[in-house]
Amino acid sequence: MIRPDAPVLLEICDLRASVEEQPILKGVNLTLRAGEIHAVMGRNGSGKSTLSKVLAGHPAYRVTGGSVLYRGDDLLALQPEQRARIGLFLGFQYPVEIPGVSNLEFLRVATNARRLEQGLEELDTFAFEDLVRERLQVVQMDPAFLERSVNEGFSGGEKKRNEILQMALLQPLVAILDETDSGLDIDALRIVAGGVNQLASADNATLLITHYQRLLDVITPDYVHVMAAGRILRTGGKELALELEERGYDWVDVEIERLEASELEALAAAQGSRTPAEVG
Amino acid sequence: MVTIPVGELRVQSRPNPGQAWLADLFTSLPALADNSVLAAQQQRCRQALAGEALPSRRQEAWRFTDTSAITAIPAQPLPRQAAAALPAPPANVLRLVLAGSGDPLQGVVLPVGLERLEAGALEALFGEALEANGAAAAWPVRLNGAVAGQVLALRVRQPVPTLLELVSDTGDAAGVQGLRLLLVLDPGASLEVLEVHRARGANLTSVVLEARLGRGARLRHGLLAQGQSPQPAVAERPTAACAAPVLLHHLAAVQDPDSELELIAAVAGWGLARLEPLVLQRSGAASTRLRGLQRVDGSQVVDTHSRVLFAGPDGRLDQVHKALADGSGRSVFNGAVVVPRQAQRTDAAQLSRSLLLSDRARIDTKPELEIVADDVKCAHGATVSRLQQNELFYLQSRGIAADQAARLLLRGFCEEVLAELPAPSALWQPLALLMGEEPAP
Repeated sequence: MIRPDAPVLLEICDLRASVEEQPILKGVNLTLRAGEIHAVMGRNGSGKSTLSKVLAGHPAYRVTGGSVLYRGDDLLALQPEQRARIGLFLGFQYPVEIPGVSNLEFLRVATNARRLEQGLEELDTFAFEDLVRERLQVVQMDPAFLERSVNEGFSGGEKKRNEILQMALLQPLVAILDETDSGLDIDALRIVAGGVNQLASADNATLLITHYQRLLDVITPDYVHVMAAGRILRTGGKELALELEERGYDWVDVEIERLEASELEALAAAQGSRTPAEVG
Repeated sequence: MVTIPVGELRVQSRPNPGQAWLADLFTSLPALADNSVLAAQQQRCRQALAGEALPSRRQEAWRFTDTSAITAIPAQPLPRQAAAALPAPPANVLRLVLAGSGDPLQGVVLPVGLERLEAGALEALFGEALEANGAAAAWPVRLNGAVAGQVLALRVRQPVPTLLELVSDTGDAAGVQGLRLLLVLDPGASLEVLEVHRARGANLTSVVLEARLGRGARLRHGLLAQGQSPQPAVAERPTAACAAPVLLHHLAAVQDPDSELELIAAVAGWGLARLEPLVLQRSGAASTRLRGLQRVDGSQVVDTHSRVLFAGPDGRLDQVHKALADGSGRSVFNGAVVVPRQAQRTDAAQLSRSLLLSDRARIDTKPELEIVADDVKCAHGATVSRLQQNELFYLQSRGIAADQAARLLLRGFCEEVLAELPAPSALWQPLALLMGEEPAP
């Protein structure tokens, strides 16, 4: 739902980031307003997943430039847990298995950390069980999964449902879902996407990171962004995703080459013009 | 330049501190004067030890394990003390308090199926499982033989629904105690045991437990060893004044076919703890399940040397050993699995997982598989790591602070083993022990 007057929740400006000294993000610009669903598409290696991890604060990624404002405040200055508490959520492409840690307890501790930040009362085990049982319905998840260790031995589909269950409990304002559709069969995809649709509201924003059109058949994005070589190359409506599905990504290479060539030229020109001044 | 006059160079055999310590110990601990199996054993063991040094790091089996904590314990028998205040046992638990002397069965009504082992059988079976597992001459076993003044020997005739809880609490007393146990499970019998050791003073507890499992018998044995060392800062080097408690524990089991043995051990807080679970499947075709969890902190040392020998075909082993090393502690695991030619179709799996929590801590872990039979499945693996960054980040990304996330992960690591202890172990708060926390009152 696009409302031009809706408040800006996330504003990414010329964001640059590296992993192991390798630049991955090379100037990403993106603005999310309340009520909007954005899809970021692109090939493997285009920087989509890096963008999601940088926003969530993964320690392996180093921000080398640019800014991210979350409701007007600097997001990048915050620890990952603080970002989560104020309402940023990352749905993992590969949810982590944590043997020995009960899923129910994990969900409760996480929910209470968020509630404390919101000025709400912490939930005791009984109150939390009531809440979690109600939210399980969002993803039609079997309560038996609450008793197991976090994601341990879960199938791909169960792991993704567990991610959406966490989203349902944490009620984020900005949800970034990284390849939530990967590894899902068509039924699981429908359930998981159904959950995302239920949770999307006029007050929050969703950023879907995906490879394929098929997720966008069930979750209708307001904007589609094509990412390549660490930046957003083109932005359009949902028809852009269809176009990608039809044309593939080859045209992206051509555009990136053209873009990089023109940047090099500009750089060379800038250096050329500076040299005489420095000599003088 | 410094010249050393040749005449002043002396080759002196330094007195072995272990020898002096043993001599003092035996002087202060009068020999048994009866003609029991214990007395005969005591004489043998004292003689054997007289010519033997303390285990040293020159021996392969003690290569990583500093035994100086032993001689820091006053060489005297543990004084008789008032019974420690213990939490009341839950229902359906039979508690026997072990103190190294006196009869723990005095005045106790044993549940149906559990009885005192008759004298003839004791005579015949005493020491048999140790011998069968090749451990009769091990130093800790001899020390136990030299000091134990009493044996708790039980026969299990049938499935016993009551949990047998064996508790020793040496508190802050100073000295040495030897506990000797023998469990004989008749064919088809079953028993669940929880062995609890607590200590916080300059004392050494030596335990030798022999178990004999007849055909189809089942033994589930939990060992919870809760030491409490003085604060690491005070006890960088063990001295008599602030010595940390020592536990030397041998468990030797012999299994007949179709028997099931489960050993679950959780150990933390000792200046030195050495555990040797030894299992012989004497005709194969039995099932052995071993779970171990140990934690070191400060300058503590915990060493588990396990050995499982399959002397026949179709045996099974499922072993997981876990270790946490913090402070300047040292954790050692050596897991021997022996599969000779006659042990065809053995199915054995061993996994060692260690977490290194400090830069100064040390972990030595070694699977030791001797496999001669050719038609077997023997899997093994060993990992030593820090807390996983991806696991920490996952928890942090859900609003859980880094230190709380680390605690959750550590708890999870421990719970996997602790959850397998017999349920009444909850009374002793094993998690607090393993997390290095003060137990709740």
